[in-house]
Amino acid sequence: MKFRALVVGLAAAALTLTACGQSGSPGSAGPVVSEAPAADVTVPGSKTFDAIKARGNVIIGVKDDQPGLGFKDATTGEYSGFDIEIARLVAAKLGYGKDKITYKTVPSAAREDTISRGEVDYYVGTYTINDNRKQRVSFAGPYFVAGQSLLVKSSNTDITGKDTLKGKKVCSVTGSTPIQRVRDQGLTDQIVEFQTYTQCVDQLLSGQVDAVTTDDAILKGYAAQQPDKLKVVGQPFSSEPYGIGLNHDDSALRGKINDILQAAYNDGTWQKIYDNTLGKSGSPASPPALQRY
Amino acid sequence: MNVLLDNIDLYARGFLGTIELFVVAAIGSLVLGTILAGFRVSPVPVLRTFGTVYVNIFRNTPLTLVLFFMAFAYPRLEIADISFFWRASIGLVLYTSAFICEVVRSGINTVPVGQAEASRALGFTFGLTMSQVVFPQAIRSVVPPLTNMQIALLKNTTIAAGFSVVESGGIYAALSERGYNVFVGLMWVALGFIILVVPLTLLQRNLDRRWRTAR
Amino acid sequence: MTAVLYDIPGPRARVRNGAIGVVGSVVVLGIIAFVLYRFAVTGQFDARLWTWITYVNIQYILLGALGNTLLAFAVAAVLSLAFGAVFAAGRLSDRAWLRGISTTIVEFFRAIPLLVLIFILFFGVSRGLGLNITAYWSVVIGLMLYNGSVLAEVFRAGVNALPTGQSEAAYALGLRKTQVMTNVLLPQALRNMLPTILSQLVVVLKDTALGFIILYPELLYQARFLGSQGQLGAPILQVAMVIAVIYIAMCLILSGLSKLLERRLSRSPRSGPTDPQAMADGANAVLIAHAQGGGAPAI
Repeated sequence: MKFRALVVGLAAAALTLTACGQSGSPGSAGPVVSEAPAADVTVPGSKTFDAIKARGNVIIGVKDDQPGLGFKDATTGEYSGFDIEIARLVAAKLGYGKDKITYKTVPSAAREDTISRGEVDYYVGTYTINDNRKQRVSFAGPYFVAGQSLLVKSSNTDITGKDTLKGKKVCSVTGSTPIQRVRDQGLTDQIVEFQTYTQCVDQLLSGQVDAVTTDDAILKGYAAQQPDKLKVVGQPFSSEPYGIGLNHDDSALRGKINDILQAAYNDGTWQKIYDNTLGKSGSPASPPALQRY
Repeated sequence: MNVLLDNIDLYARGFLGTIELFVVAAIGSLVLGTILAGFRVSPVPVLRTFGTVYVNIFRNTPLTLVLFFMAFAYPRLEIADISFFWRASIGLVLYTSAFICEVVRSGINTVPVGQAEASRALGFTFGLTMSQVVFPQAIRSVVPPLTNMQIALLKNTTIAAGFSVVESGGIYAALSERGYNVFVGLMWVALGFIILVVPLTLLQRNLDRRWRTAR
Repeated sequence: MTAVLYDIPGPRARVRNGAIGVVGSVVVLGIIAFVLYRFAVTGQFDARLWTWITYVNIQYILLGALGNTLLAFAVAAVLSLAFGAVFAAGRLSDRAWLRGISTTIVEFFRAIPLLVLIFILFFGVSRGLGLNITAYWSVVIGLMLYNGSVLAEVFRAGVNALPTGQSEAAYALGLRKTQVMTNVLLPQALRNMLPTILSQLVVVLKDTALGFIILYPELLYQARFLGSQGQLGAPILQVAMVIAVIYIAMCLILSGLSKLLERRLSRSPRSGPTDPQAMADGANAVLIAHAQGGGAPAI
């Protein structure tokens, strides 16, 4: 009897829930730069591009939980952010518009595997270029140079940079490079690790930690969401060049994407994208120099 | 091999964290579980209801959610500022004691009521009844599943790695960032756990065999 | 009614019990009230932090996640039952080499934490052997290996707890080993161990939550994702509360189903309580727990 009542109660709750619902979203940004897809693009010698052509759409690996960089709005399902815009720009110049793009989220530790197995055509998601990774994948770009920095509450005046961290609690994602750098450089011994940056920001806002540390691009995204409560402080104390991850042997596509990026740097598209996403946090930036190899 | 040797500091820290968490949570959950079992068989209806509700909630919630609440909801209660290690321990204790309560309760119930009635008829006090009559018989059916529970607790401590506790569950992420082969690294972690769990399993089988009744 | 721990309460005991009851209820209500108060004060019950649930898209996300959880659960449950049956038979075999292999495999998978097992399957096996194991299959296979091993132990305990008279009579009638197993022992064992099996399935359901770490889009993953939506106020706690209620409801329904099944089966004339003496074997304590109406000690 009790069991049946429970089932009926749950069914009723479920029905009422679906009856009242709103669509739309509380102020999300649409795509910043609308690029018409280029026509008749060929990238000779690129296995990845042949796969894209055969499939008819592009599969791009992205992040979906970094505001301002790679973010998926739960209320609409739309992706937005700097990385997403760059990914869309590349896809458009390769001949594929917004509707031909499939986004795929990949756990950070599995990025190299996913790219080399061809499960994504390319990966745009705060993917730092380093030599270790270059042995398994190749990079186009960099399209942005971030640096490790600190996010604190707006009211915080103690922490102004990495040297003022002694004795303070600093938070980042488990096992990530920023944590290892903090440990290696001995900036503080009170290190807190969580699964996502949002959890770290929540801990920061409730006063459990004093600062969140990771690439300043990611931090700027959070600061832009709550500019009155959070701010990014200090000079970046590392250099993280973000690149577009590609198949290791596909130099044709790499060259093509590098050309696309260079064109975007030259004609101001990059600047427009930046100003409308990360630039909203108030700190300016300019396009980096490409590293072709 | 060099994955292990190069990162021996990671592994040492991780497994030390696992063992610390396990010891604290094991003791705490045994205590709380026994208290809860006492609640569930007590003559006071309020305590019985509390015990039943507690057990039903914590047995049907994933451990990750329990730890999640301890990590994020607890600060909002603003009672006392305790470290993440203690919060994870408390979360593990709360979760495991629900299961231990059930085991202890079943153990108590395997003792025929006649035993307790006879001892009370002989004039034994509550303490004497428990220690001389009920406990020795209940132990036989309680200890092996308890050992199972503690083995499961040892393995559940890995979930705490996601909530800022230095633990072996977080080793793979650091290895990946350092650029090492994650697969080999994980096999070493698995080996470490086998080394930790096998003695407990052997202990359980030993107790099984010793207390098996002939048929 | 007497119980093991206490006798029928006399007048003084009744007063004492009443007093303890009052104190107990005051303490429990006090704790609940305190927690609710602190949540309200820190704004956890603000309407702004609950608007997320009104969006149709989010409701679809949650329903989809629920579907994914149940899908992983269903497949993993069936596979673990099969795995458990096969390896229980292996452990009960007459041939020593078969017994040895089955024991090693079962013990190996029981010793490794499920989280590490899922990691090994997702990150490790895919890279090491070049196979492409998706998040879904990593979760399902991990659950199968771990819970299958536990179920193998449960099946074996069930068969061992049957009165020896059953198998002796079957052999005396001239049945061969396999026939004894399939026609006489296993059906009875299954029926007796049904509560334990079903509670292990509840464990399977809860452990699907571990898929979130490899980005399998089940409930906990979507909860974490929704909790990070800044434009909705980052409602980490609110989402967690709703998800907790969903999990508790799902598991309670499953346990309720198991109790229903148990009651229906116990009415069948063929099944009867197994000999309690036979169940005093420590490994069969799970049987005792259920025979006495307790919950299963499996985590």
